[in-house]
Amino acid sequence: MSDRVNVVLAEDGVLLRAGLAGLLERFGFHVVAAVGDAGELLRAVADRQPDLVVTDIRMPPGFHDEGLRAAVQLRRDNPALAVVALSQYVQHGYAAELLGSGDGRRVGYLLKDRVVDVDDFATALRRVVAGGTVIDPEVVRRLLGRRQDPVARLSPREREVLELIAEGHSNAAIARTLTLSEAAVGKHVGNILAKLDLPPDDNTNRRVLAVLTYLRDQA
Amino acid sequence: MPTLHNAIRSRRFLITWWPWRSLAFVLSTVPVAAAVAVPFGLLAAPWLVLLRKLLTGTADPVVALLLFVAGAVLLAGLGPLAARPLPRLERHRLRLVGDRPLVATGSPWRRLGYAAVMVTAVPVVYSALFVTVLLIGVCLFSPVLVDGGPVSFGVVTIVTAEQAVPYAIGALVAAAGVPYLLALTAAAHAAVARAVLHTASAEALRAELVEVSRSRARLVDAFEAERRRIERDLHDGAQQKLVGLTLQLGLARLDLPDSSPAAGAVTTAHRQAKELMGELRELIHGIRPQLLTDLGLAVALRDLAGQTPIPVRVTADLPRRLPDHVEATAYFVVAESLANMAKHSGATSGTVTASEQAGLLVVEVGDDGHGGADPARGTGLTGLADRAAVAEGRMLLASPPGGPTLIRVELPCPTA
Repeated sequence: MSDRVNVVLAEDGVLLRAGLAGLLERFGFHVVAAVGDAGELLRAVADRQPDLVVTDIRMPPGFHDEGLRAAVQLRRDNPALAVVALSQYVQHGYAAELLGSGDGRRVGYLLKDRVVDVDDFATALRRVVAGGTVIDPEVVRRLLGRRQDPVARLSPREREVLELIAEGHSNAAIARTLTLSEAAVGKHVGNILAKLDLPPDDNTNRRVLAVLTYLRDQA
Repeated sequence: MPTLHNAIRSRRFLITWWPWRSLAFVLSTVPVAAAVAVPFGLLAAPWLVLLRKLLTGTADPVVALLLFVAGAVLLAGLGPLAARPLPRLERHRLRLVGDRPLVATGSPWRRLGYAAVMVTAVPVVYSALFVTVLLIGVCLFSPVLVDGGPVSFGVVTIVTAEQAVPYAIGALVAAAGVPYLLALTAAAHAAVARAVLHTASAEALRAELVEVSRSRARLVDAFEAERRRIERDLHDGAQQKLVGLTLQLGLARLDLPDSSPAAGAVTTAHRQAKELMGELRELIHGIRPQLLTDLGLAVALRDLAGQTPIPVRVTADLPRRLPDHVEATAYFVVAESLANMAKHSGATSGTVTASEQAGLLVVEVGDDGHGGADPARGTGLTGLADRAAVAEGRMLLASPPGGPTLIRVELPCPTA
């Protein structure tokens, strides 16, 4: 990772904004701007050209999905910009929309409550900045908890692996978590992709597509 | 229900508010009766003239008939109009002597009848009451009054203070009866007023029902607004602060060496704060789901379906946002139905449809399970029906043994 990651932070709650800024600084991120609504977010990104945007989805003036709208627009303008959106609740549509912006990489969708697990949150941000995709475990858990046809075809182990893929882990990390060999993980991933009818193609990130397939189904 | 009738029989009557309430009622009757007497005196003027002529023997039969008809026409024609404010006024005054609300009559003849009572029986009875109380008062003070000259009660004349003493003692005893006298008069008047002015006609009942359902609708609206406010306050206030606090605890833990005694305490505090966050989130969700508030019923229903372990297809065609209480009722009914479906139905798939049809939000929850859902067996179905009823809607259930089960909820949602 590059030595300094410049972050623009958007969160309307003053207290939480200060807390998040403190957290980011504590983990070595450099907060170049901390703003309170989507309009300011767009301006701050244009001005400061950050590496990462961390934004609340529900912000003034409408308190609906202003943050998400801004995030999607930012990604459209600059697909290389890393964006992590924080959500009050699991909303598949939000996650799908974020993943669908750009190439589906350098994006994260996390429940807002995750920020209190400061270590994990910082790790997730770093993964996104490094080009990964992070989907909240709760979103994944809900999707995989359903008896839906494509998922039903996966074995329990394959589901576990898919869950970890969705959280942005590499094969090596998955192997460590599940105490498997990396080769075994590779085999599982291959099976998952095959069962989800994702053809081999070097130009797309099939791992992301695997997650995206489900999310789009839900949206 | 406390009423004057019951209170009089109580031994503690004299030390309650009832004698004072009776006094207030009796005193307030005077201006009311006077206010009624003025217009009715004018309307009955032909009859008064007729009465005078009859008494003096100067009545010409034709004139007498004309006067009688004129009086009758005036009273019948304008009397009900003059008596118009009377039922409402008495309704308020009757609260003084009893808590049972009076459903004021709409009938002009009953109003007129009551006005007649007010200008005939009421002056007579109240005058008798006044004279009695006056008599007791004079007797009571007769030992003092005789100083200014003899006191005469018609048949008896008291000249000396010694003569007056027995009367004063008698009056003292009688004075204790005055509150009862007041209460009896007020109670009798109230009974007459109720008998004449109270109505139990179907029309009045309907009017009452309309009023009740309106007030219920207002309550439901107020209640829903209150829920929203609580949800918002909790979310913008307590929840935000709690997340901030938990975050700070998480950061504090990072800077503590594992070996330090504080590390354990901060770790515990962090864990407890996280648990509290979860509880608060559940609480807020139960009050009014934020997803529903932010994104509306269609999205919230899809979210509910997404959380059900059985695959549920949602068809929600709702182009506009519906009133708060309608959305909330529909949401909680579907949530409960889906929970029942997952727990009891044995279904392998379900459907939820929601659409607006002619001022009604129609929500249907169906499954392919074994049916046999029975509201009598307490599966939360009665609760659902109650929820629908509070929103002035209704719930229909079809669940034959062997299935399938279909729950249909209709909620009125005015286009305003």
